Amino acid sequence: MKSLEELMALRDAAKLNMTTRDGSTEATRIVVGMATCGIAAGARPVMNKFVEEITKRNIQHVTVAQTGCIGMCQYEPIAEVMVPGKEKVTYIQLTEEKVAKIIVDHIVNGNPVAEYTIGAIKE
Amino acid sequence: MYRSHVLVCGGTGCTSSNSQKIIETMEAELKAKGLENEVQVIRTGCFGLCALGPIMIVYPEGCFYSEVKVEDVPEIVEEHLLKGRMVKRLLYTETVTPTEIKGLNDTNFYKTQNRVALKNCGVINPEDINEYIAYDGYQALAKCLTELTPEQVIQIVKDSGLRGRGGGGFPTGLKWSFTAANKADQKYVVCNADEGDPGAFMDRSVLEGDPHCIIEAMAICGYATGATEGYVYVRAEYPIAVARLQIAINQAKELGLLGKNIFNSGFDFDLHIKLGAGAFVCGEETALMTSIEGNRGEPRPRPPYPAVKGLFGKPTTENNVETFANIPAIIRKGADWFASMGTEKSKGTKVFALGGKIKNTGLVEVPMGTTLRDVIYEIGGGIPGGKAFKAAQTGGPSGGCIPASLMDTPIDYDNLTAIGCMMGSGGLIVMDEDNCMVDIAKFFLDFTVDESCGKCTPCRIGTKRLLEMLDKITEGKATLEDLDKLEELCHYIKENSLCGLGQTAPNPVLATLKFFREEYVAHVVDKKCPAGVCKKLLSFSIEADKCKGCTLCARKCPVGAISGAVKQAHSIDTSKCIKCGVCIDSCKFGAIIKK
Repeated sequence: MKSLEELMALRDAAKLNMTTRDGSTEATRIVVGMATCGIAAGARPVMNKFVEEITKRNIQHVTVAQTGCIGMCQYEPIAEVMVPGKEKVTYIQLTEEKVAKIIVDHIVNGNPVAEYTIGAIKE
Repeated sequence: MYRSHVLVCGGTGCTSSNSQKIIETMEAELKAKGLENEVQVIRTGCFGLCALGPIMIVYPEGCFYSEVKVEDVPEIVEEHLLKGRMVKRLLYTETVTPTEIKGLNDTNFYKTQNRVALKNCGVINPEDINEYIAYDGYQALAKCLTELTPEQVIQIVKDSGLRGRGGGGFPTGLKWSFTAANKADQKYVVCNADEGDPGAFMDRSVLEGDPHCIIEAMAICGYATGATEGYVYVRAEYPIAVARLQIAINQAKELGLLGKNIFNSGFDFDLHIKLGAGAFVCGEETALMTSIEGNRGEPRPRPPYPAVKGLFGKPTTENNVETFANIPAIIRKGADWFASMGTEKSKGTKVFALGGKIKNTGLVEVPMGTTLRDVIYEIGGGIPGGKAFKAAQTGGPSGGCIPASLMDTPIDYDNLTAIGCMMGSGGLIVMDEDNCMVDIAKFFLDFTVDESCGKCTPCRIGTKRLLEMLDKITEGKATLEDLDKLEELCHYIKENSLCGLGQTAPNPVLATLKFFREEYVAHVVDKKCPAGVCKKLLSFSIEADKCKGCTLCARKCPVGAISGAVKQAHSIDTSKCIKCGVCIDSCKFGAIIKK
């Protein structure tokens, strides 16, 4: 270890994995429905895709959690994205491709992908 | 990134209740379900709430499973980790409300605590330096080496008001400045991890849960005082702590955080572990250094103080584990931050090991000045079985007891000294109405008699004579004159012993005499033990009108001292009775009394 910069670089790399544990209210939460209905509809690869993308892009302060049945089984796989201070966004009938777009547009750039949300179907 | 982290306590307490097996089962189950790349299992240090161990916390939900058994693991994996449904029956009851699951920090046990020394315990994986670095580890060392002069470092520690957490309460910054002022070709830093007080385990927990903070602090101390070598003196009875510390030292060396030219500053620092064989006297600083040198652990007269002539005859700074554990945070956050906590003369926080008659046995860290009442009733959850609080022993065999009448005293170094106790390392043993205070004094004295190294006469012979007098009292053979003699001998030993062991050994006797003299008098004059503990003063009998003649006690009695016909009142032959109390526990009618 030769400089403070070197230490800080090591810290930032190590910090990513610790986001899951910090429980801070400032973290964005992605919650994937993981009841039988969700799993049957393919929620597991969807959730793994979220984790994979976050790791690949080194996005800080995002956690991925599971929940039970959200109650709209016909729309599974469902995921809810909760950005602190913003209204909750519910995405439905997710696929791995859709997840990649949500990560880029919503999580990174802050623009929810309206066409994948529950609102798009109801209209 | 893992989407979920499962933290399992790997402290000594939870390990002894099988947490290692839980971790292994969990890893196997995760593999079977194909979750091993999604869920990370981490063995941490102590969470503090040892009474509820083995403890498991699952993130990101932060839900708190207590008293987990190996059999529960498949259910946790299947339900929680695979399907996202918490296993409600295993959640710590206090965290479950009808509408939501509360986090750990909202429970009564944790919410009033303020964790500085224990900040990372139960939070990080102690065997992974990256997790320590992720939580700002080694930044304090970097700051010292690249931005501050040794004098500035010492000034910050002085300004923080940090005092030695091993018991004495000597100002840490001042201690460092003494060593720094002495010129020598070699100086040393020593960390005292020879935690010997019965009931104290905070040093062990820090080493087990956050070993890197001790390494970082010792390197900072080395830089400030001009030392390039350090020793951690830790007892061999702490195998988990020793193993983790060794792993941590190796990792720090690999990253160049120990060794030559750290942070390109020209500062070298190397660290060794020295195992102690577990003698209580080796917690005394001069005896500890004698032991590191390879000699029999015996104290030597001071002066010269270690800052002048310490380890191997060189200037040495010796601090306790908990003292060191505060250093990195003080450097990072500043002296003012630290000094804002605590009381006027005792700054910061103090870790207490709660034990004895208390619901939440475990480790707590509270700001100095917190009252005993808050620690015992708010955090500790009170006394089990609705019994009345009688006293709490602080400072182990070197300290004294705080009676119920002084429960609202803010705990800090000076207040405890003023009432004749001492902070000690922070063991807090709670006693209820069923404890006999003479017996407690005898217990601690029995310990010091065993642990006296024998070098000086007042301690070697004096403590033995004290113990004999206490034996006399508990056997009902003492007179009031003996009580005066007892007190006189206590003062003699205090004034004439060579080291801290002897100087403090009579404290448990003096404190109990001061606050519970009437109990001593009851033993001496009435030949009675009010708490019903001292066997020689007890006799068991059966109340004929309550006895139904069920014969249960007669069958349970191990020495056949109870006789009587079926459905008729029984009686106890007191010459045969060994006063074991089995009959009282077995009687369903409360017919057996002891007095």
